[in-house]
Amino acid sequence: MCDQCGTEATVHEVVIRGGKAVERHLCEACAKAQGLAPQAHLASGSIVTQAILAQATGGVAGGPDSARVAGASACPACGLTFGQFRSDGVLGCPACYEAFERPLSSLLERAHEGGTHHTGKVPRRLAGDRSRRAGGSAQAVALGIEELRRRVASIQKQLEDAVAAEQYERAVELRDELRRLGAGKEAGSAGEAGPLT
Amino acid sequence: MNDPGGPIPLDQICRGAAWLSQRGDDSDVVVSTRVRLARNLAGLPFASKANPDQRRAVVDLVRQGLDRAELTAGRGVPARMAWAEINRLSTIDRTLLVERHLISKEHGKLPGDGSAGPRAVAISLPDEGLSIMVNEEDHLRIQVLGGGRALVQGWERIDTVDDQLEAALDYAYSSRFGYLTACPTNVGCAVRMSVMLHLPALRLTGELDKVKRAAKDMTLAVRGFYGEGSEAVGDLFQISNQTTLGKTEADILRELDKQILPEVIEYERASRRLLVERRRRVLEDHVFRALGTLRHARLLAPEEALSTLSMVRLGILTGLIRDLEEPLVTQLFVLTQPAHLQKLLGQELDQQQRREARADLLRQKLSGN
Repeated sequence: MCDQCGTEATVHEVVIRGGKAVERHLCEACAKAQGLAPQAHLASGSIVTQAILAQATGGVAGGPDSARVAGASACPACGLTFGQFRSDGVLGCPACYEAFERPLSSLLERAHEGGTHHTGKVPRRLAGDRSRRAGGSAQAVALGIEELRRRVASIQKQLEDAVAAEQYERAVELRDELRRLGAGKEAGSAGEAGPLT
Repeated sequence: MNDPGGPIPLDQICRGAAWLSQRGDDSDVVVSTRVRLARNLAGLPFASKANPDQRRAVVDLVRQGLDRAELTAGRGVPARMAWAEINRLSTIDRTLLVERHLISKEHGKLPGDGSAGPRAVAISLPDEGLSIMVNEEDHLRIQVLGGGRALVQGWERIDTVDDQLEAALDYAYSSRFGYLTACPTNVGCAVRMSVMLHLPALRLTGELDKVKRAAKDMTLAVRGFYGEGSEAVGDLFQISNQTTLGKTEADILRELDKQILPEVIEYERASRRLLVERRRRVLEDHVFRALGTLRHARLLAPEEALSTLSMVRLGILTGLIRDLEEPLVTQLFVLTQPAHLQKLLGQELDQQQRREARADLLRQKLSGN
């Protein structure tokens, strides 16, 4: 039975929160409304999910992110609901991307052939002037560090999303990239310590 | 810039369009190149969800931004931009801009209740190589047009214009999703790179579907002469990227320019050679029937004009027709469109009158030496 409307449930999700399995059962319509893809989320998948996340970030499985409810009901900035977006295919305002980040993720991935994160041009006001950076000044070094921080934050976010979408191969790649950047290496098990340590 | 909202100097527009009159790289197959960026202003609803006051605010902000942005037309020369509010233009003038690919069909259409206003466009003159639509699906649709195969140059120019505009406008951008667009299919780089290809020989040899399939396999879109939903008239096809998230602009450019384009160009050229060497009589028949029609017809519908122009262009490029120049024929694809004919004659024409005017213009232009 669907937790929301009482009809037959076809989408089942089990998420480990704070070490406990929390189950949700929804019909396809309610699952879509909540931004869940109409496919079964298995308990074993969720456990792998949590394990990869924990490994990569050194965080605790079942943190606030995993407890986040999929799909906000309406965009706080313009009031558009995800259902309205579904019916006419156009978002209401730039803030909709944040409001509907979870349900949009799977849709974007399908529309962009697996692309989930922007890797292209960055506005100059955010990237800093390329010509100034090329000068090798102290500011350039600072910008380099800042950019590294941004990159790490971006990969961590991608990792969470890959895990949420159960793309484990992608998640492992991202975890390895985090380690290469010097972030999240404490997350690996002791037996995996690198040759230089 | 000229007076905001004042009449756009359409006489200047009809004289310009370097992309239409100059031969570019591989222009035997690649008629033109277009690179388009979608950008939105932070803190405002997207155009289709905005109320008239918010849409007015977008038009005013972009107009002011353009004045501050100091756009250049290459080598630091300031770009001369004309500005027009679409709502104040006549139907013919709006159609003229659509026919010249300076605005989209959607941007040129106005519902009767005025709910779509205000909308605007800025166009660089006299080259018409840069145009900026305001309040289309996104607040800004910036496009650069060039003759022939010019994706690299097109990207470099639009990248510069984008930087100059960004210095004056606050774009909606997120580190995860990139440039935020009204439709999520454009989000990320929010760039569409496209080439207009003339593929008459592939159609004649029955190989066109293979190209379409190959393009679609690479997630490229294949469209007609006037973009989404338009028919592939005159054997003209647009190929463009469809995905914009998870790839850099350089990736998109490389896929189109280095992977698919060389193959399609060579495929069309090989088909032209095959027609000349092995099916010469058939090719000559298509080409000279078309030339005969264009030189003698007294009434011509747009579809017939475009399909015969396509065969004449093929005839010139395969050396069968020697007394005509290819750029003239390419220009005629645009000059024989309804709004252009009416501008040329300086009066409104009904369908029958346009057929007559079209046949007259083509007879005059293609009479040969």
